[in-house]
Amino acid sequence: MIYIFALFLLTLLVITAIAIVRAEDLFVSVILTTIFSLLMAINFFILDAADVALTEAAVGAGVTTVIFLCALALTGDQEKPQKQGQKVALVIVSILALVIIYSTFDNPQLGDPDAPVHQHVAPWYLEKTPEYMDFPNVVTAILSSFRGYDTLGEVFVVFAACIGVLFILGVSPPRKAMQVSVKKSGLRHHLIPQVVGRLLIPFIVLFGLYTQFHGEYGPGGGFQAGALIATGVILFALLEGEAEALRAVPRRVLLGMVVGGALLYGSVGVVCMLMGGAFLDYSVLAADPVWGQQLGILIIEAGVGMAVCGALLSIFHAFAARERVS
Amino acid sequence: MTFLELLGYFNYWVFAILLAVGLYAVISKTNLIKKLIGLSIFQSAVFLMYITMDKVEGGTAPIIQAGVENPVFSNPLPQVLILTAIVVGVSTLSLGLAMVVRIKECYGTIEENEILDAD
Repeated sequence: MIYIFALFLLTLLVITAIAIVRAEDLFVSVILTTIFSLLMAINFFILDAADVALTEAAVGAGVTTVIFLCALALTGDQEKPQKQGQKVALVIVSILALVIIYSTFDNPQLGDPDAPVHQHVAPWYLEKTPEYMDFPNVVTAILSSFRGYDTLGEVFVVFAACIGVLFILGVSPPRKAMQVSVKKSGLRHHLIPQVVGRLLIPFIVLFGLYTQFHGEYGPGGGFQAGALIATGVILFALLEGEAEALRAVPRRVLLGMVVGGALLYGSVGVVCMLMGGAFLDYSVLAADPVWGQQLGILIIEAGVGMAVCGALLSIFHAFAARERVS
Repeated sequence: MTFLELLGYFNYWVFAILLAVGLYAVISKTNLIKKLIGLSIFQSAVFLMYITMDKVEGGTAPIIQAGVENPVFSNPLPQVLILTAIVVGVSTLSLGLAMVVRIKECYGTIEENEILDAD
């Protein structure tokens, strides 16, 4: 039954994707991307990837849309009609799609337990997580401990992208832009978004904190929590105006979170080395290796959450503070 | 090959079509924001392929529960890879959008052919 539902969702996904590309109004495209992300999140959930579904819903449907809309406000939302080259492109991508579809017949089927991907390290991770970390969520265990180097790299990529955006769009906006954003008071005069938003924001942030600290036991962790809390603050900024949001969480706090989060993660690794272990080997952090692992994972997840939340909010403010040049 | 076996490949076909749709937007559209939207569809297609590979028949999300006999879990590894990739994806996407905003400020347009004409 669930597979028929998945079939329906996947078909809808393809239709949405085609509609996104065909729409000439970019605003319509961006709103359709939100639907696309939500459909994708449900599909991930059906495929047993609860953590990924949570991330996709928070990031894809929340943050990405807002950043796209901010960019549209600065660049204009109408696409010029195409003149040439569409037929050639259509032929090329059709051939590509057919070649990939032809090659899929060599792939293992959906849900095949004997597929090569399930034979390598994954069973080892599933078996050793209770022994080494003694908490239930294997995804968090792999993310923060078994593949900790990987995650450190990803956090630094987020950090670098955030710094890049801030450099490109200017760290401190001109004074004039600040005054304009004070005048633009968000959706303050719209009653319904105001009431609903006020009700929702505390719960979004609370849920974010829950995902942060419950990530070892259920779906969640630093990446999801960072994105969720960022979504809550962005909703506040949309309702009350950007200046209010900056007064609540100033820019230097955001930058501190980005830098501090990445630094916290890295320094845990260095502390592990100083205490006689390998880089990011948390077992040495406490007398009991299991406690050491749990402590290390708690700290680095906090670092990830801070870095992601700070980075997404800094990026949002960098776009929102910029004035349109006509 | 029965109908049910064919259904087992349906996720991969959707992956192929989404990949093609995204690539089409990247190569044929001249609007830079549309290209970036296409790129994110392309990226989502890859995510879908990875998550499709993680599914094990009869499995659940890889969260260990006490008292369950012979539990079957889906593969946690692709999930970890994609989880981080989604967040990295939004950061790099906004880097691209920031460049588009600067291009608009310098050239007054974000249509690729007009930018090339202006150079």
